[in-house]
Amino acid sequence: MRLVLKGLTLINPDQKLNSKSDLLIEDGKIKKIGDLTKEELKDAEILELEGKYCAPGFFDMHIHLREPGREDEETVVTGSNAAAAGGFTGVACMPNTDPTTDSAEVVRFIKEKAKNHLVDVFPIGAASVDRKGESLAPIAEMFDAGAVAFSDDGVAIKTASLLRSVMEYSLMYDAPIIEHCEDESLADGHMNEGETSTFLGLPGIPTVAEDLTVMRDIIMAEYTGARVHIAHISSKNAVDLVRQGKKKGIKVTAEVAPHHFTLSEESLKGYNTNFKMNPPLRTRDDVEAMIEGLKDGTIDCIASDHAPHSIEEKEMEFIYAPNGILGLETQIGLACTELLHKKHLTLDQLVEKMAVNPRKILNIEVPKIAEGENANLTIFDPNEIWTVDISKFKSKSKNSPFDKKLLTGKSVAVINNSQLYFEGNFRKI
Amino acid sequence: MPLSSRHLLGLAGVPKEDIQLILDTAVTFREVLERPIKKVPTLQGKTVVNLFFENSTRTRISFELAQKRLSADTVNFSTSTSSTKKGETFKDTVRNIEAMKIDMIVVRHQSAGVPQFLTQISNAHIINAGDGRHEHPTQALLDMYSIKERLGKLAGLKVCIVGDVAHSRVALSNIFGLKAMGADVSVCGPPTLIPKGIESIGVKVIHDIDKAIAEHDVLNVLRIQLERKAGSSIPTTREYHNYFGITADRIEKNNKDVVILHPGPINRGVEISSEVADGPYQVILDQVTNGVAIRMAVLYLLGTMNN
Repeated sequence: MRLVLKGLTLINPDQKLNSKSDLLIEDGKIKKIGDLTKEELKDAEILELEGKYCAPGFFDMHIHLREPGREDEETVVTGSNAAAAGGFTGVACMPNTDPTTDSAEVVRFIKEKAKNHLVDVFPIGAASVDRKGESLAPIAEMFDAGAVAFSDDGVAIKTASLLRSVMEYSLMYDAPIIEHCEDESLADGHMNEGETSTFLGLPGIPTVAEDLTVMRDIIMAEYTGARVHIAHISSKNAVDLVRQGKKKGIKVTAEVAPHHFTLSEESLKGYNTNFKMNPPLRTRDDVEAMIEGLKDGTIDCIASDHAPHSIEEKEMEFIYAPNGILGLETQIGLACTELLHKKHLTLDQLVEKMAVNPRKILNIEVPKIAEGENANLTIFDPNEIWTVDISKFKSKSKNSPFDKKLLTGKSVAVINNSQLYFEGNFRKI
Repeated sequence: MPLSSRHLLGLAGVPKEDIQLILDTAVTFREVLERPIKKVPTLQGKTVVNLFFENSTRTRISFELAQKRLSADTVNFSTSTSSTKKGETFKDTVRNIEAMKIDMIVVRHQSAGVPQFLTQISNAHIINAGDGRHEHPTQALLDMYSIKERLGKLAGLKVCIVGDVAHSRVALSNIFGLKAMGADVSVCGPPTLIPKGIESIGVKVIHDIDKAIAEHDVLNVLRIQLERKAGSSIPTTREYHNYFGITADRIEKNNKDVVILHPGPINRGVEISSEVADGPYQVILDQVTNGVAIRMAVLYLLGTMNN
């Protein structure tokens, strides 16, 4: 079938592309860019998208699909649906499943579940067996089965010696090691440590728990020559450490989650468990440092840390509630509202951090907007004003602190794998 | 004038007038406790549930006695297993108890914020009997009552909270309450027992116990939790006693007029010596008696409120 997208501004900083043009898509491929003839418009489905932007499909490199293990909270399919609804054509999912994604079998299982979906799902394999930090997981086998990176996400790789092994082993594949940076011995808490935790009587997790591990990992990356990617960076000092590391030429990259450039620990007053996540919400100073890091390129990309949890698990006494919030379906809105419209990032930078850089970090080809290429596109309206409504989420879970929040910026449609997601429905194109 | 809130979740943000009202009301009930028949019919027909998710002897007995002396019907629910392990969620437990038609819930829990959470899932009046290391408002109220009983006032007094401030629920409630009443509050202990950023709520931090005794009218001495002694906060209880313990020598040397409070249970020879615990400076057993009167006052004021 033929699909015509009219009135779009095409934007891809990776191709230095920024121009207004119509698009003709035929059988899932970009057939023509530019003015379309009557002949070409004939029998085509036409979407009027005046004022909207079209970028390479957005990519979220840090999400949790709860399959296998907790299919009541999210499955590969429902998580992929949420990704499409949120404006993403690709995701990388973390290995803290049950059983752990620490074998080629589980990697293949997830890939199999994701087959035929609009959204490309790239599993991240565990760095150690069962993420216990004791012995190397079968990194080569998982890589060959389709894993794109390795991580013990949820915890940092336990010991420096195992970290060294993982990093050295990963060199064979140039695969990044993604680290949840937290020194376990300092992390016996439920929110950021400081004035607010003292006021609320909640045990705190100090920023040094993050900083120390970021430092260890960067130093180890320098020593081994491996690539380390700092997941969900949240502390000001950690951003500084990454900045210094990059300056020295060490192969370190970093991502930040929307809640860490949007919310501060003040939100915890009231003990709403939808504000409980790890790393915890930090101070206003830290939030500003995240924005600064995004602006100067220290932080390479935005990733949601989409973490579905059941209602009954979140509606719990604060110290017993699990960490994490949904992210896929609010990410573009938060990024546009907090970064683009507040003039911290340009549209080009936003696309870099949400479509280009995550793929580069994971060695995945960045889709091109060019004739003859597969159409892998996110069409979004940075100016659409909408109200978050968790009851409309495609995710199986509802744990978002952003319900009822007014946001400016929304995905309009995504196209990939010869499928279109538009106005709430998937269609073959 | 009724209280401005239908719950007692903590003393943070509670207006001075409310605290004054509770302290004044407690005077009447304190008098009842001296009568041969220590019972009034005030809360007849009201049902109070004591929901204790953490071990407690004195606080639970004190609340229960207060309820009985007000003629309320009381039910105790005690468990030290967390709801996550038990299978039933906390919310379901509360909903079930609520369905039995109750008026008030007195709650103690390991997690800060549980009393606030209860207000969202129950229509009962909620009284916080200690949530995590957050607040224990009735303890602070009885401390204030006892100080006032001994020294005649609260405003302008200098009070120092000594010891394990970081893990204490008593410290925060005392700080909020005393400051609302116009007292000047400090905390004293080794830095490992002082929580980060406590200065931001308007208290001074000192690490010298002699100075603490010399410069304050009242010391509220917190319990050192012995199970923590092997931890990283203090090396040994002996060292703690030598550097921060309240002894008769220290009092005699620095300030003979100081009043000593302790929320109990006391560790003799650790945070306080026996001479002090039994001596003329302390009001420790008065605190216990006053506790019943304070809890009667709180139960009465909330239980007779028009909803």
